[in-house]
Amino acid sequence: MIEQYIPVFLVIAFAIVFAVLVVFSSKLLGPQRPTPEKLSTYESGMKPVGSTHERVSVKYYLVAMLFIIFDLEVIFVYPWAVKFRILYNEIGTSVFVSMLIFLIVLELGYLYVYKKGGFKWE
Amino acid sequence: MLYSIEEFYSILPFIILSTGILISVLIEMYSSKSEKILPWFSIIIFSAAGFYSLLTVNSMSVIMQGMLQTGGIPNIFHFVFNFGAAITCLLSVDYIKKYGAFFGEYYILIQISVLGMMCMAGAKDLFMIFIGLEVMSVSFYALAGMNRKRLNANEASLKYFLLGAFATGFVVYGIALIYGAAHSTSIDVITASFPAMSGNVIFLAGVLLFLIGFSFKIAAFPFHMWVPDVYQGSATTIAGLFSTGGKAAAFSAIIASLAPLFAGSVHVFMPYLAVISVLSMLFGSIVAISQNNIKRMLAYSSIAHAGYMIIGLAAGNHAGIAGIVFYLTAYTFMNLGAFGIVSLIEGNGETNLDLNSYAGLSEKNPMLALLLSVFMFALAGLPPFAGFFGKYYVFISAVKGNITWLAIVGVISSAISVYFYIRIVVLMYFRDSQSGFTIKNSSAGMLAVIISFMLVILLGIIPGSVINLISSFLN
Repeated sequence: MIEQYIPVFLVIAFAIVFAVLVVFSSKLLGPQRPTPEKLSTYESGMKPVGSTHERVSVKYYLVAMLFIIFDLEVIFVYPWAVKFRILYNEIGTSVFVSMLIFLIVLELGYLYVYKKGGFKWE
Repeated sequence: MLYSIEEFYSILPFIILSTGILISVLIEMYSSKSEKILPWFSIIIFSAAGFYSLLTVNSMSVIMQGMLQTGGIPNIFHFVFNFGAAITCLLSVDYIKKYGAFFGEYYILIQISVLGMMCMAGAKDLFMIFIGLEVMSVSFYALAGMNRKRLNANEASLKYFLLGAFATGFVVYGIALIYGAAHSTSIDVITASFPAMSGNVIFLAGVLLFLIGFSFKIAAFPFHMWVPDVYQGSATTIAGLFSTGGKAAAFSAIIASLAPLFAGSVHVFMPYLAVISVLSMLFGSIVAISQNNIKRMLAYSSIAHAGYMIIGLAAGNHAGIAGIVFYLTAYTFMNLGAFGIVSLIEGNGETNLDLNSYAGLSEKNPMLALLLSVFMFALAGLPPFAGFFGKYYVFISAVKGNITWLAIVGVISSAISVYFYIRIVVLMYFRDSQSGFTIKNSSAGMLAVIISFMLVILLGIIPGSVINLISSFLN
């Protein structure tokens, strides 16, 4: 039973050893000539301004949540579309109808968000 | 996917409710008066689904590729959920204006939560239970925080969400362990392999985690912390729905998954169930005595009632299951009635909720005082009303299951609980009013309370035929 998992444990052990090795070898072997500019946070050449722990507007979360809905839609529709011909020959029109019902429910939610102003930025 | 017209008829309550939700969303989008249309539309949808379930209670079938079961006990639960939700909507018509959550979405969320409860009651597969649980719980979290401007509503919503998510984690982990041991999520397969598995530690740990997750949802003792704060913070009508629909749904899922095990198998979970039952009963009854807020008092009484119902599970026989189903039916209507009257008396901005507001109610509004007394007597379990027979059937099942001591603890706990129920009746009839508030008239709310009252009386008059109907589905 437990012998089946030896490859998994090997992968985990290798990942840990490799990560530790890479991080510390660069610290040990590389030349270290620090200057204040080198030690500061890297922000594409800009001077770092303010704290990193800023509050993010709730609008971003709303967009992220709406994105997940359509992400899931793709996950469902894509394999369905790829296998559509095989499924249609096996089962018949109900393959199409059931996806249509799913999409109607989903689009109703989309319409609801649109009507309630979920996509308005300001 | 539907294979036959019979399958369509079996699943019709689900279709009615799902279509109702979609139409409600459309109404909410395109009508400016959706808050006025949606309560009545929801009541029509709930009544249609509820009465259809009750009419087809005798046609048993397993549908959706062995995922769902209809007819029998699940249909009785569907009726209880739908009718309870219809009463909640009727109570909310005037109440949510006072409370400050005058949105159409309120009713849509109630409909969605009832759909989740129905999935749980008829589940034949652990995934179905999980989906139903999540559909119900997520709409409950949103309903608890419906009034965003009020701090304690936010607190209630957040507390309910965090603890509820934790409980769901327990349920999922339990399902994972059960699947690991039984190699299936189908309840029939798991039940068939149960005698061989009753010594398997992984399997037993899985079922125990599953039960612990649901102990959160039914508000049993060590997992009850969220109950008083959530009931106090959320709208009174919604607290009524949490304590009746939510509890009944969690019990229906336990019954759907564990009831087949009681047909002769070794009942290994009796110690766990007996311990949480005793602790819930005594804790709920004793702590309720010291409460001053009526919603908190009803919350602790709800914990105690969860304890009485678990006696039926601990008894581990069909009489216990039948007793729980009857108890839940009775409890739904008497508790909704009590919460309904609290919502009628509550003033703007969550005032008039402490027990002193009820002093002298018999002079101010004799009708409400009489109805509230009946609900309090029923909750205390005094003979002519439905609550007595619920307790009676559950205690009898404990005696039949050779755990008489549990029934005795239950009777002692009921005796303790009589004190705080009767205290309200004493306040209403034998004390003079201290504050001069007036009760706003609400004919819809009054109608809802009277319907619950009639059902409590009806279940108290004909308990025998109801329990015979329930028992006939178990054999």
